[in-house]
Amino acid sequence: MSPSVREGWEVVIGLEIHAQLATASKIFSGSATAYGAAPNSQAGLVDLGYPGTLPVLNQAAVRMAVKFGLATGARIAPRSIFARKNYFYPDLPKGYQISQYERPVVEGGSLEIVAEDGSRKVIGITRAHLEEDAGKSLHEGLPDASGIDLNRAGTPLLEIVSEPDLRSAREAVAYLKKVHTLVRYLEICDGNMQEGSFRCDANVSVRRQGATELGTRCEIKNVNSFRYVEKAIHFEVARQIDVLEGGGKIVQETRLYDSARDETRPMRSKEEANDYRYFPDPDLLPLAIEPDLIEAVRATLPELPDEKAGRFAAAYGLSPYDAGVLTASRELADYYEAVVAAVGAGTAAAKLAANWVMGDLSAALNRDGLDVAAARVGATGLAGLLRRIQDDTISGKIAKEVFELMWAEQRPADAVIDAKGLRQITDGAAIEAAIEAVMAANPKQLAEYRAGKDKLFGFFVGQAMKATHGKANPAQLNELLLKKLAAP
Amino acid sequence: MTLHTRSVAELAAGLAHKEFSAVELAEHFLARIDAANGALNAFVTVTAERALAQARRADAARAAGRAGPLTGVPIAHKDLFCTDGVRTSCGSRMLDNFVAPYDATVVERLDAAGTVSLGKTNMDEFAMGSSNETSYYGPVRNPWDPRCVPGGSSGGSAAAVAARLAPAATGTDTGGSIRQPAALVGVSGIKPTYGRVSRYGLVAFASSLDQAGVLAPAAADCALLLAAMAGFDPRDSTSVDRPVPDYVAELGAPLRGVRIGVLEEFLGPGLEAATGALVTAAIAELGRQGAEVVAVSCPNLPLSVPTYYVVAPAECSSNLSRFDGVRFGHRCREPRDLTDLYTRSRGEGFGPEVKRRIMTGTYVLSAGYFDAYYLKAQKVRTLISDDFKRAFGRVDLLVGPTSPTPAFAIGAKVDDPITMYLNDIYTIGANLAGLPAMSVPCGFVGQLPVGLQLIAPHFGESRLLAAAHAYQLATDFHRRLPAAYA
Repeated sequence: MSPSVREGWEVVIGLEIHAQLATASKIFSGSATAYGAAPNSQAGLVDLGYPGTLPVLNQAAVRMAVKFGLATGARIAPRSIFARKNYFYPDLPKGYQISQYERPVVEGGSLEIVAEDGSRKVIGITRAHLEEDAGKSLHEGLPDASGIDLNRAGTPLLEIVSEPDLRSAREAVAYLKKVHTLVRYLEICDGNMQEGSFRCDANVSVRRQGATELGTRCEIKNVNSFRYVEKAIHFEVARQIDVLEGGGKIVQETRLYDSARDETRPMRSKEEANDYRYFPDPDLLPLAIEPDLIEAVRATLPELPDEKAGRFAAAYGLSPYDAGVLTASRELADYYEAVVAAVGAGTAAAKLAANWVMGDLSAALNRDGLDVAAARVGATGLAGLLRRIQDDTISGKIAKEVFELMWAEQRPADAVIDAKGLRQITDGAAIEAAIEAVMAANPKQLAEYRAGKDKLFGFFVGQAMKATHGKANPAQLNELLLKKLAAP
Repeated sequence: MTLHTRSVAELAAGLAHKEFSAVELAEHFLARIDAANGALNAFVTVTAERALAQARRADAARAAGRAGPLTGVPIAHKDLFCTDGVRTSCGSRMLDNFVAPYDATVVERLDAAGTVSLGKTNMDEFAMGSSNETSYYGPVRNPWDPRCVPGGSSGGSAAAVAARLAPAATGTDTGGSIRQPAALVGVSGIKPTYGRVSRYGLVAFASSLDQAGVLAPAAADCALLLAAMAGFDPRDSTSVDRPVPDYVAELGAPLRGVRIGVLEEFLGPGLEAATGALVTAAIAELGRQGAEVVAVSCPNLPLSVPTYYVVAPAECSSNLSRFDGVRFGHRCREPRDLTDLYTRSRGEGFGPEVKRRIMTGTYVLSAGYFDAYYLKAQKVRTLISDDFKRAFGRVDLLVGPTSPTPAFAIGAKVDDPITMYLNDIYTIGANLAGLPAMSVPCGFVGQLPVGLQLIAPHFGESRLLAAAHAYQLATDFHRRLPAAYA
């Protein structure tokens, strides 16, 4: 049970995810969708809602929606309808958003997550529909005025609506991550949460344990990281239980999550809510999707994350957890498989590769803020390093040092090992000589050790390693040291 | 030179035979506009310099042997077709300052065909009206009687053609806005099948009903112009990708054997007797030419007006939301905040009829009313379409009056919107069903013209034009000019 859920209460959550589709042009115009261009430089006449202009549907966006539907086992509607959602706002040029309302393109899919007790749980996807994004209002640097940037207006979105199947903040995050992984696997969304390409609203309600009716829900907007989703839900659940336990009632409303203060605040109540006056957009014909298109899209489906994780666990002897981490992105999974292929068969090699990819490689990527595609040590390079561990050329500890040098200098493992003279010393005579020198230099400690102060053994290991610049084969060193120290 | 008494086809022939140049023709019509527009108020913008430049290009093209059938023919555009660099006002204060940065597809195609644009014509505000009295620029006067309206919403285009200030003019028809004014001023006007002509660049009133067409003296002129306007446009998702027939070549199809259905519902009590008599006589003429005339019923057709006044306002309430004072159009002075910007910009920019329809449309789409109004209206719309489909199983064309009365006096109906709305009782059905329809002059009540309406199945423009042409070969109503403009 999640820490914020009090005894006797159950939490019910549904998520609405907005995934920006990775099309080159907008959903109803030919304008580009690239992020970060100068304000309004990517807003054409259609995007600006100029009188007389008309929308024309981008078929690439349709194929992406179909791809998502197929990947979640959903029904693809043979005929879906675009509707207008009417409301006034300066960043909404036409005074309505073209969306889908009663007849979405994708209906009734599902995804599986790992629940908090470790069991697998199926989360229903009610629907996914196509719609256009709005622009942005800018308030910075404009005294007494607001600016409007309509570059984002008309960007294609897939709104993915879950069933209220999530029972804790952590389940919500697990589901969100699952969708995030999936859309990137499918290459239909770049998943960039900072740039707003992947956004989430959470519908949260609570009810007494055992109750069958849903409680009154609040919709939390503006939660744009996995961590904030978790924190916002925690706050909201606690708030709702406080209100109900205090004898109050939950008011259905839209709330905004303020990450700086870690709280949700009311934005607008149901009474103030817009009547969007949805009706079918007469400028667009119903979207007809033929079986041929569905089959053509199906043929482009990649191995999906769950399938890949299952295969990794079976083929490489990985734990379900490790398989999950390594398949969290297609790029990471591909990198891992390339390393394994180069290092060679066997679960020991696969496990070694898994530890390195999840350990040092991921740490270096995180530290430098790089994607795996931009890793400064490629899969072949890492495999070269791992082979030197396997053949005892270097120790695991030295390997970490070699890895850092490879990362910094972008040179192969062997070149680094040779240049720095890091090849492991396995010559017993050389190690013995080093031990003898250490013993000679530390007579006091030697006497104490021999008098029974066993814990000084570690001191001698350290000194001998230092003398060999860390290159002595650790097992060999231990064995020889024990023998030498014991001899009177 | 009496150039203006000639039809478009005759002017095109004169240009081809180098009887006169495109520049001479443009100058002639510009002079007529100059002389008469003060009284008629048919044009809101006259683009004399642009027209002469286009005319010079047309003459050059002809000299170079690159002339098409319309090269050098002057026309006027209803002021809701966007024209690059020339104001497009929609007859509204809201767009009094609006200059579109692009050409509508219709304008682009007619330009490419070599026509010479004289200017932009007056219209009911945002095409909402049947009398041209809702225009911000004041009413247009009927050339046959200046005390009367020319009909609407394409009233400026209709009056300009009737008084021969232009040989032809574009129009749009959402509920009769080409056919009704054509009837009231005694010219020919065609509303093509929904999807036949691109709506791109046409400022939308009701998107599922709007269709661009043309007004000209004769059906043969309409054929010539429609041929240049029609065709698939990838920028309009509702335009239909289907070859455009050679309307001019097919004009000669005889009436013999054509089955014509007389719509019973159009000859009921609402129809003024003298108008009805002229329509009946016109139908008899079609019969004389060999058409097989039968009575046909479309029982749901009387529901057209209430259906239309749910669907059209619903769409317009949404289409006109973009006029918010933020990016283009009228903006109120010194708005206090966003709400003030919206309410005053729209309050000041829109006239009363537009506001009435926005309010009606907002109401019928509101939560709790949507099913009872919008959804119900859509169902009735389907019933009306089905009625037409059944009728066209039996006949090739439907005929009836275009309007229940000839032109009425300016100011007579402005305070009674319901009576005003009933002007379109015979024209709305074709819009709801997306059918091509046209109006041709069929006589006079006193000095005021009356129109005969013909309706064809989807994409039946050729038959429609040929039937009208056959009728005009036997009659001369379309050749008559108001005395003041002869």
